[in-house]
Amino acid sequence: MKMSTFKSAGKFSLLLLTLLVSALLLVGCGSDDKKEAGEETAPATPEKTTLKLAMDADPVSLDPHVQLSGGMLQYSHMVFDSLVRYDKDMNFVPRLAEKWERIDDLTMRFHLRKGVKFHSGNDFTADDVVFTVERLKKSDDYKGLFEPFVGATAIDAYTVDLVTKQPYGLVLNMATYVFPMDRKFYSGTDDKGKAKDLIIKTDSSFANENESGTGPFAVTHREQGVKTVFTRFADYWDKTGNVEEIVLSPIKNDATRVAALLSGDVDFIMPVPPQDLERIKTTDGLMLVTMSGSRIITFQLNQKSNPALADPKVRLAMDYAYDNNGVVEKIMNGFATAAGQMSPKGYVGYDEALAPRFDLEKAKSLMAESGFPDGFEATMIAPNNRYVNDEKIAEAFVSMMSKIGIKISLKTMPKAQYWDQFDAQVADIQMIGWHSDTEDSGNYYEFLSMCRNSETGYGQYNSGNYCNAKVDELTLAAQVETDPAKRAAQCQEVEKIQYDEAGFIPLHWQNLSWASKSNMNTEDIVNVMNFPYFGDLVIK
Amino acid sequence: MFAFTVKRILQALIVILIISFIGFAIKHNFGDPVRDLVGQRVTAAERAVIRDNLGLNDPFMIQYARFLHDALQGDLGQSYFFKKPAAEVIINKAPATLELVFCAALIIVVLSIPMGIYSAIKPRSWFSRFIMGGSIVGVSMPVFLTAILLIYIFSVELHWLPSYGRGETVRIFGWWDSGLLTLDGLKHLIMPSIALSSIMLPLFIRLIRSEMMEVLQSEYVKFAWAKGIKPSRVWLVHAFKNTLLPVITVGGVQLGIMVAFTILTETVFQWQGMGSMFIESVERSDTSLMVAYLVFVGIVFVLVNTFVDIIYGLVNPTVRVAGRQ
Repeated sequence: MKMSTFKSAGKFSLLLLTLLVSALLLVGCGSDDKKEAGEETAPATPEKTTLKLAMDADPVSLDPHVQLSGGMLQYSHMVFDSLVRYDKDMNFVPRLAEKWERIDDLTMRFHLRKGVKFHSGNDFTADDVVFTVERLKKSDDYKGLFEPFVGATAIDAYTVDLVTKQPYGLVLNMATYVFPMDRKFYSGTDDKGKAKDLIIKTDSSFANENESGTGPFAVTHREQGVKTVFTRFADYWDKTGNVEEIVLSPIKNDATRVAALLSGDVDFIMPVPPQDLERIKTTDGLMLVTMSGSRIITFQLNQKSNPALADPKVRLAMDYAYDNNGVVEKIMNGFATAAGQMSPKGYVGYDEALAPRFDLEKAKSLMAESGFPDGFEATMIAPNNRYVNDEKIAEAFVSMMSKIGIKISLKTMPKAQYWDQFDAQVADIQMIGWHSDTEDSGNYYEFLSMCRNSETGYGQYNSGNYCNAKVDELTLAAQVETDPAKRAAQCQEVEKIQYDEAGFIPLHWQNLSWASKSNMNTEDIVNVMNFPYFGDLVIK
Repeated sequence: MFAFTVKRILQALIVILIISFIGFAIKHNFGDPVRDLVGQRVTAAERAVIRDNLGLNDPFMIQYARFLHDALQGDLGQSYFFKKPAAEVIINKAPATLELVFCAALIIVVLSIPMGIYSAIKPRSWFSRFIMGGSIVGVSMPVFLTAILLIYIFSVELHWLPSYGRGETVRIFGWWDSGLLTLDGLKHLIMPSIALSSIMLPLFIRLIRSEMMEVLQSEYVKFAWAKGIKPSRVWLVHAFKNTLLPVITVGGVQLGIMVAFTILTETVFQWQGMGSMFIESVERSDTSLMVAYLVFVGIVFVLVNTFVDIIYGLVNPTVRVAGRQ
């Protein structure tokens, strides 16, 4: 090798270094200029009450009907406003409907609030409610919920009837999902020639990118997955809250979300990961609000695929062998409520007497009495990124069952793969969590406990193939029952039957959590549905 | 040079084709994207209709052929979550990742070269021992742990640096959102860049050190000493230059890896780049976006490797890369 080669190469590398260093310096200079400019403009902007909010996800669309999910409903309560909504004790309180009355078995009449404006400036009238209900009946995600309805009829500008096909006990529950949309705003075609009211899941559409609701906040800036800015709607009728602007950043990583709150970069986070509850509780200037939730986590026992699980004594033994409270304490860090039934407290089907049972001796004697005194083998699947600590819970279950001679081979997988396997019922024991989208007990039975029927869709998620004619009968009767007391009795009977037969193994309801700076009325605005009413938030 | 370029482009196309095929095969067996697009109440039959409309029920080869056909026209598919063309989503996310990688690379270059050279020249000094000891800690600490530690020290305890996101950005060239031009943006860059560089930096220090020590033992360096050349010249011009080739090779590969695998850093810092976009697309089964990203990463690797080959020639023309005249 010749020296000259080295010389030129040396020059080149030195040049490269010089370039990099000067780039670094340039960057530094640029930032200085910017800093001065920033300092000059800063005092010019007036003081605004801004809430910096971090959630684990952001709304997938600006169209409230494109998907039925917790995130979309949280968004709907900020930007739209429902006819009625739940208060903290799950009572119905007026929003855009000031009062309501039952006209006959099929009709509920809503008297609408007057003088309400949409973000577009249009007036809110009964026509908008009719438009919205029609649109709900077209949405893939909502049409099931609105199937019992014939539709909405405008009586006059501020009176609207919701009419059902049969007597229906959940008209008000469904009215919490009617977030009136601006009919004029969503009519006509956009610049691509597509109708503005189209509901599109995977492509751009007018409604996915524009909104006009009557809610407390209007979306003024949106970068999906990065940042959404909500600005207080000046004409909003309810003047309870004082937040003028909400800056929502999705922060998916649990530790980062907590760090953002601890460092003061954000003011409000949800959810709070269980391992950080204590830390937030003990930090000055922060507050933590928790509540028992309504998502029930269960194991379904497939009576078709495994003969042992068809034996009620075996199922009962398994229920006795599972230590609900132990798992809640040790695996969930106390951040869940042990369950003996599907309905959480506050739901019509809830029965205090159906407490979680744990008695290993009793379980062993039940096994001895059953047709499988020597135990048996079973397969099991569970997701590992869907529910809080799902994998650990499944592992705990396997070890608890081994104490009564049941050998379980467990396979866990990410939720992207899990649901196909769940549907195919590949294993004898499968985990599922369920939140009732009607906030009513009947929903659990309809999807999780009724006999599977591919035509009606009943029992769609009943992978245990549990089937009891009485349960079906009571569930269907409750659907058309409008007397709350009678419905409650029907639902409680379903819970009792399932409890006695151990139709499935209930584990716990996941708790809900929110954390914020302590200068706001966080506990007043949160609820068991996990739709914080940010319009009512007051920052002192 | 022309034949070399043509060969390179052909190679690149084959590589990208293979990557796209593998990516597509993964996509096909990955799970149902429709699950993440609908609520729990939507029935299996209705989901099947949605899948049909998205063309997801077609046989694998038909879907793949359609993908290739569209890709040739610049359409890498539609991101279900972002409701936009996947290529557009990736291009919008690219500046965040590239700026992060650039800053991390800068930290690596600026620190590893002097540290590597110093610890090669004075292997027994306490500072060299300190560097080598520290580099072991750096290599063995997972990126997410480094990142969380940084956040806890500098954001939560000291309140010096922001804990998440990119901060204020400025739009340049009409589409590139840059965080390099604002003070806020730079503050947001510091911790993610350090975290991202934390694995590579020790690696480069060790690489430069060992290459340099080897070169320092060679005949021509001894000859240079014998000629009485200034030590700084021997070290920097005679010895260091020859350590550059392997460093560039490794550097090129690592740069590609860094672009592709900023996943952990981006996830912890909620850095809105391609890495976190990819991991979220996996979680949401946004399979079109996944495949588009894999193809994109393939292109980055091929480009970086070609670029490394060209630099090779510039640094040392006596090296012959296969195919180049």
